[in-house]
Amino acid sequence: MQVQVLAFARLREILGFGARRLDLPEGTTLDALWAGLTRDAADLAPFRASTRFARNGALADGTVALRDGDEVALLPPVGGG
Amino acid sequence: MIALSAAPLDVDTLVRAVRSDAHGAVVTFLGTTRERSPGDPRPVVALEYEAYESMAVAVMEEIAAETRERFGPLGIAMVHRTGRVSLGEPSVAVVVAAPHRGRAFEACRYAIDALKSRVAVWKREIYRDGDAAWIENTPS
Repeated sequence: MQVQVLAFARLREILGFGARRLDLPEGTTLDALWAGLTRDAADLAPFRASTRFARNGALADGTVALRDGDEVALLPPVGGG
Repeated sequence: MIALSAAPLDVDTLVRAVRSDAHGAVVTFLGTTRERSPGDPRPVVALEYEAYESMAVAVMEEIAAETRERFGPLGIAMVHRTGRVSLGEPSVAVVVAAPHRGRAFEACRYAIDALKSRVAVWKREIYRDGDAAWIENTPS
């Protein structure tokens, strides 16, 4: 299945992309997606506790299984205002 | 009017957008770029904002709806800048029009606090020496 991954701010800099389409096995969870990303970018690992996931624009728990066509966003703590 | 804007904020336009003859009070909050960040000696020359636009706008709409539920019928505008904002310029505007000032002040305070804690916007301070750092909001 194909999933669009968006990364913002510090996480975008660590990953080296703001948006990327990934091919993942059916049923991959957000936690598994994160684990896969940290294999390629080890510097990402310490940020798990401060990162929230959104799936299709709504906050989602790491245990949520993704579906084909989903948009996943990796959200660091916000800094608006 | 709920939006992100890459262009400088125009407060007069926002006031006109929210005010009606039912309102006797308009409260405007502007968040502006400050030269000194707490605990950091380096002078700031600009802030750079990025947003997850679709989610940021949806959550700002949600906050506007909550604010009306809590404080009654109001006119509300919330606009946040994206991109580079120079020292002294506003990065966010919340404008609330209400029948009376008490409710306008309270609603404006509620809306800006909610925006700062929940809306998917990130900021980087750019220092005079060319260095930069991501700044996270502390829980209000």
